[in-house]
Amino acid sequence: MKHIRILKKPAIRDTKAHDACGECQTSCQSACKTSCTVGNQKCENDR
Amino acid sequence: MAYHTFEALGQKMLYDPCTEAILQIDSVVYDLMQQKESNEQEKIEALKARYDEKTLQDALQEIQTLIDEGILSASDREHEPLARPEPVIKALCLHVAHDCDLRCRYCFASQGDFKGNRELMSAETGKKALDFLVQNSGNRRNLEVDFFGGEPLLNFSVVKELTLYGEALNKKHNKNIRFTITTNGVALDDDKIDFINEHMSNVVMSLDGRKEVHDRMRPTRNQKGSYDTVLPKFKKLLASRGNKDSFIRGTFTGYNLDFDKDVLHFFDEGFTSVSMEPVVTDESLDYAIQKDDLEAIKQSYERLAKEFLQRKRENPALQFFHFMVDLTDGPCLAKKRMGCGAGVEYVSITPNGDIFPCHQFVGEKEFIIGNLEEGINNPALIETFKQANVDQKEACRACWNQNFCSGGCHANAWFNNQDLMKPYENGCEMQKKRTELALGLHAAESFE
Repeated sequence: MKHIRILKKPAIRDTKAHDACGECQTSCQSACKTSCTVGNQKCENDR
Repeated sequence: MAYHTFEALGQKMLYDPCTEAILQIDSVVYDLMQQKESNEQEKIEALKARYDEKTLQDALQEIQTLIDEGILSASDREHEPLARPEPVIKALCLHVAHDCDLRCRYCFASQGDFKGNRELMSAETGKKALDFLVQNSGNRRNLEVDFFGGEPLLNFSVVKELTLYGEALNKKHNKNIRFTITTNGVALDDDKIDFINEHMSNVVMSLDGRKEVHDRMRPTRNQKGSYDTVLPKFKKLLASRGNKDSFIRGTFTGYNLDFDKDVLHFFDEGFTSVSMEPVVTDESLDYAIQKDDLEAIKQSYERLAKEFLQRKRENPALQFFHFMVDLTDGPCLAKKRMGCGAGVEYVSITPNGDIFPCHQFVGEKEFIIGNLEEGINNPALIETFKQANVDQKEACRACWNQNFCSGGCHANAWFNNQDLMKPYENGCEMQKKRTELALGLHAAESFE
């Protein structure tokens, strides 16, 4: 493509199989829950 | 929700909040996206003074290809509310000390005592709290306990006892409690450093930045600066930490809107994992962040992102918390839309065993959700927190940043708007700027 570069495609992994297992970190870091930037956490589901 | 187009670090970008695709685009696509006409011919007509028709058609064709492939959504839509399993309690903030050896001016805990009596948590209460966590954690294996306060080092013998007790619970119940401690560093010594490094998976070191910035807001009980005391101790802790996580974390206020300089100061002093958070308070206080400060704050984030990109080329280990976005293995959509979990799967426990939704609500009596003797006794309040998510909050439902921000801080919403369902607007503006720059950094690094 000449006009667009894809940085990230839609996530395939957002299926029921990986839906809210809850094993990832709840809070970003102690005392930084004021900005709960969830986007920086990792999935910890053992696939 | 429509596509969100923005500029970051000299690049033009597009984020589709429906498909979560992230694109780097050129000026042609960017300008096409600004046109409100739905008809392609009308868009071409509107831009033909700037670009030749073939270029515009090619760009439109590329956009259509991405729509046909499902990478871009075909039309504005909102996410369907996701069904989630019933939450369990999986994280605790343990207030092992309602006391402190500093008198930070912005302290959410009123300089450590939370507007109550200065007290320390007993080991007995702490063990009950850990039992409560395990008993209410359902099938979750990964749990979290943050040692907090006040200043947790003032009650370190209890911290040690509870850590060892928690590790025994892990073995007995097949759990994995991850311990974290947040400290102002004043009481750090070699013994504490050794224990922290052996047992804590993360340490948050509270330092505000440059000496004059730090000492203004974080004096000792005698109103002297604390920077000269704590910086060497934090360096010692960091030096012996090995591969384990730690963050140096500052709070910025209306007095240092140029907080980018404080972040760079941390990097200059050898810290590689850095966080900088805006002060949480009500706007009537002198050090509070006002709406008029937002422009300066956004410029600070932009300067920081530009400098961070340069420095990261020389040292890839550098991390700035708000620029960290995992695009490959990040959290699932359900998690992204759930929020911080305060009052639902994460709670704070005070020295006397009262349970609150999070540390910011401790001391606010109407927010008690239970105590360790009775357990949860205010399920209606928990339900209120559960409902305060991006699907239910009106301002969040139409916001492009919902999957990164996850709805913002409940305490900010409450203290500024007296309504958990109304996010704090200044917080929203900062979150959006951070997300844009985080995505811009990814693009700059990926495509250079």
